[in-house]
Amino acid sequence: MSLIRAVGIRKVYRSGKRSAAGYAKETLALDNVDLEIRQGEVLALVGPSGCGKSTLLDIIAGLAERDGGEVYLDGKKLEGPGLDRGVVFQGYALFPWKTVLENVAFGLESKGVAKKEREEIARRHIDLVGLTKFEDRYPHELSGGMKQRVAIARALAFDPRILLMDEPFGALDAQTRERLQLELLRIKRDTGKTILFVTHSIDEAVLLADRIAIMTSRPGTIKAIVDVRLPRDREIAEELLRSSGSFIQARDQVWNSLKVEVEKAAELEYQI
Amino acid sequence: MSTASFEETALFRVAKKWLGIALFLALWETLPRLGLVNATFLPPFSAVAGNLFSSLISGELEKHIFVSLSRSVTGFSLALAVALPLGFILGWFRTFEQFVDPVIQLFRQTSAFALFPLFIVILGIGEVSKVAIIFYGAQWPILLNTISGVKNVDPLLVKSARSMGLGRFDLFRKVILPSSLPSIFTGLRLAATLSILIIVSAEMMGASSGLGYVLTNSQYNFDILRMYSAIVTLALIGLGVNFLLVSLERNLTGWKQEVTTY
Repeated sequence: MSLIRAVGIRKVYRSGKRSAAGYAKETLALDNVDLEIRQGEVLALVGPSGCGKSTLLDIIAGLAERDGGEVYLDGKKLEGPGLDRGVVFQGYALFPWKTVLENVAFGLESKGVAKKEREEIARRHIDLVGLTKFEDRYPHELSGGMKQRVAIARALAFDPRILLMDEPFGALDAQTRERLQLELLRIKRDTGKTILFVTHSIDEAVLLADRIAIMTSRPGTIKAIVDVRLPRDREIAEELLRSSGSFIQARDQVWNSLKVEVEKAAELEYQI
Repeated sequence: MSTASFEETALFRVAKKWLGIALFLALWETLPRLGLVNATFLPPFSAVAGNLFSSLISGELEKHIFVSLSRSVTGFSLALAVALPLGFILGWFRTFEQFVDPVIQLFRQTSAFALFPLFIVILGIGEVSKVAIIFYGAQWPILLNTISGVKNVDPLLVKSARSMGLGRFDLFRKVILPSSLPSIFTGLRLAATLSILIIVSAEMMGASSGLGYVLTNSQYNFDILRMYSAIVTLALIGLGVNFLLVSLERNLTGWKQEVTTY
């Protein structure tokens, strides 16, 4: 069953001088992108830098304007952002003047949940991400990994239909990133949330995703979709997971498809 | 090691704070007494303190303090009431700001003191012209810091708030306002300091009451002790105002990593 359906998404970036004839430079970022996200799955979106994967996530989140196409959630057309989708950004985007508890409760506030219930739900989600003792801390008192846990708790707290994660672990150091990847797998098992996950790491995509959508270099389209079959439904040692045959097979498959695009993207970078 | 080093003792921490001031007062006391400076122009600190104390007892000084402070506070409050909302509007509506900015830049570079004679010509030498000049001088730091506070809100925070379905009004109330508070406070502190500075000069230029008037009046009458009393009073008021604002700032923006105290 598909939860999100993006149909014919088109996005044009306009830059440079604006004149009567339009902008000096128009770049086609996304060209006729179709993407389906199934209920309960983790879909990873990988692609070379500048292919528009974050833009596609922003469009699904309702945070970016699109120049064509539609996004449907449960068959209903989406316009603008909403609490049915929870976004986690690479830069955490926590409110520095709010404590961990207040940050996590923020979305519930706009949902109109009463204060007492808000705090209760927020506490439950702070527990879920393992930050029980830190609810009264301010963001600047937390490490990067802890901040991202707060951001995940905040996005989960208002119970969206889908979690949209835009390179959420991209700013973290290698060890913290690996810990949080496993943590996300556990959270996924506990909550059963549908997740769209944008990343540039193939390993991360294979470890976390049920399906991996590979994008072409600019203008971005969906090139291929790779199914990943890892035994993720139970607690399993990470080393076993990473060295399993299906892990390696999926990684090779993704890399073979992506290689050409990465080279093309590198060439594009030097073109004006 | 069990013994705390000297630098960690409470005594040292107190000394660090007050030693400089104690030294300064000691010099002020001894230099005139030893005849190293002319005591006519720089009476020893104890004499100034005695004069300050007796003029406070007689209630003469309080009258002037009250007059100066009420002028400052009125002007400052008016500046706050006008510049804060205006700053929000200009920071929020970029096109409007681009249109108004050249005018702001022109006026802000015009010294309040350059305009004081004009204020007197138009508004007379009464209270109105003095309050007006403080209003004029104090509004700039509030206005400019509010505008920059609103403009420099982290776009990612706005994006994140929008993703949680916040409308324009809630976005302003829950994100823009708290996030621009530190910048606004910098403006408020500058404006408060300016209000005190400006009122003294304005009272020196044309007034029959207030601490600035006491200063010039004592100078004309060669009442050096009274002059120093007024100077010390002004210094203490400046310190007090800054202390008040810093504590308020600590309370309201304590989530920041640190708060500057100057």
